[in-house]
Amino acid sequence: MTAAPIDTGFKGSAARNAAARARLLRGLLPALSLALVLLAIAWLNPRAISYFGFNLMLNLAIPIALATIAQMFVIAGNELDLSIGTFVGFVGCVTATWLKEAPLIGVLILLGSIGVYALLGALIHLRNLPSIVVTLGMSFVWQGLAILVLPKPGGKAPDWLLAIMSLKPPFVPFPIIAALLIGLVVHFGLMRTSYGTILRGSGGNPAALRRAGWSLLWTKVALFSLTGLFGVLSGMALIGITTSADANIGNGYTLLSIAGVILGGGEFVGGRVSPIGAVIGALTLALAASPLLTFMHIPPDWQVAANGAILIIVLAARVLISRKER
Amino acid sequence: MKKLLVLSALAAMLASGTALADTSGKKIAFSNNYAGNSWRQAMLDSYGIVTKKAVDDKIVGAADIFTTADKEVPTQAAQVQNLILQGYDAIVINAASPDALNGAIKQACDAGIVVVSFDGIVTEPCAYRVVVDFKDMGKQEVEQMAKFQPKGGNLLEIRGLAGTSIDDAIHAGILEGVAAHPEFKIVGSVTGDWDQTTAQKAVATILPSLPEIVGVVDQGGDGYGAAQAFAAAGKPRPTIIMGNRQDELKWWKEQKDKDGYQTWSASIAPGVSSLAFWVAQQVLDGRKDIPHDLLVPYLAFTQDDFEAALPKIKEGGVATHEYSQEDAIAAIKANIK
Repeated sequence: MTAAPIDTGFKGSAARNAAARARLLRGLLPALSLALVLLAIAWLNPRAISYFGFNLMLNLAIPIALATIAQMFVIAGNELDLSIGTFVGFVGCVTATWLKEAPLIGVLILLGSIGVYALLGALIHLRNLPSIVVTLGMSFVWQGLAILVLPKPGGKAPDWLLAIMSLKPPFVPFPIIAALLIGLVVHFGLMRTSYGTILRGSGGNPAALRRAGWSLLWTKVALFSLTGLFGVLSGMALIGITTSADANIGNGYTLLSIAGVILGGGEFVGGRVSPIGAVIGALTLALAASPLLTFMHIPPDWQVAANGAILIIVLAARVLISRKER
Repeated sequence: MKKLLVLSALAAMLASGTALADTSGKKIAFSNNYAGNSWRQAMLDSYGIVTKKAVDDKIVGAADIFTTADKEVPTQAAQVQNLILQGYDAIVINAASPDALNGAIKQACDAGIVVVSFDGIVTEPCAYRVVVDFKDMGKQEVEQMAKFQPKGGNLLEIRGLAGTSIDDAIHAGILEGVAAHPEFKIVGSVTGDWDQTTAQKAVATILPSLPEIVGVVDQGGDGYGAAQAFAAAGKPRPTIIMGNRQDELKWWKEQKDKDGYQTWSASIAPGVSSLAFWVAQQVLDGRKDIPHDLLVPYLAFTQDDFEAALPKIKEGGVATHEYSQEDAIAAIKANIK
């Protein structure tokens, strides 16, 4: 009589332990791949592992991390944003022109563009449109607007933005502090607050959420507005680093941001995302794609292919481990 | 005796104007943002040939080529930053954007790295720019035209990719040339985008509305297309200035063999990459008098020498020229006024 409950209890805890281990592994995976890439870089070029080195290698990862967080919000709601890259480019062009010459108008344009994102969220929800189609269309709109604002490369970042992006805090390089800050703030907001849980729930189980009386329209609008907000931050950070803009400057960010979310432990459906993972994923991608490749001394004919191969290897490692979980 | 040797060695050094500092331990990187057309391939080939020899001859320590996976600005900015970390002494760059890379270029300069840009140049003042004198090329086109068509007449102009500085410069040169030769008059202008098929379509469209044309002034890559359009319309063949492409020179040879057709050909040589390399080497060599903006000559062929060059150009390729250290020194000298 006493044996049976003990037996089941034992089994239950074993299953629980396995699940917890898998979850831990899943949580650690992005950090693990980052560590691997860092080790490879340290081995190939020890000089890079320094205050100066991290500053150079990671400062362009900040805008990628912000774009990845932006993408993560739409993915949390089971949607995909194919326009984030050109949107970042558009924000960059506004930052290098209006925001410098007429800050008030610049701020209004940027706020307005976040408003456009909110409207897109509402449109996608109300008309039940596939977000891929809507955002693909928007990507051409943003690109066109960017070329209108800045027909040929140029412009200049506002001085305060340049000052922020070239901060040199003692001991810890600025990009690392910025990455930590972004990751922690979003983690707290999305994973530790009650409305954050609702937002994730809108992707995880929308039917239950609706039955509980929450408006799915407003969750979608909130998610898309957050995407717009972080897209704006990404574009501004990018221009703060490059000092000057180009209408095509952000085009590569669309796919990088999606890859970053997935690498960071997110899933395309079900509201399963991890802000800290996404930031680490973005850093890993930024490091794997460029510094690692440059330090490896691959013959020029193969460099382009090698870049793709590194991305596939890094993403494949994640799939292998997350399969163990099941 | 020994003293004499040293003295003569010194004299030789002074005479050649080089070797102020030893560059045999210096490393030069090439940051390239695109490799997807024949011009860029020729550019990489020329660079490879010249730098391999320079490394073998122990003139420089290393000359590595880095091509980015996409044409994106941030990718190349990150690449430049990584090259800084790699400890290169100089970076030769064909840039994705004239302005948006300035942040990374400045970081490189601040780290004591010599940056030489060409073709896709950067505007950051600390970098060197190797620029081809496109304006003079446009002017020369009209000068040459005056030799072949001494009576003058109507000209058709084919423009390049709109909004680029190259198109602007060549066009300005052509206008200047026409102003100096009032016997010529530009009666039509089309956009050919430096591309045979685009140019052929554009010329074919405008031809019916034009009076008799004696000459076509263009920007290279569009001459063969123009020739096809004239032939298709059954119009008399004008003097078409060529742009060093293999198909253009081949057509020129066919016409010359047939009836002694005369024209002239000019374009920027993809091998200008090797000139940029030597400029970087010269700066590393300790030369302080090199202007940051270097205007270099374009590559031209005349009636007498184009046939010799033709077999050396790859099918579908473009004529190039590998520059030597002496060429670079001469080009620098020509720019010091």
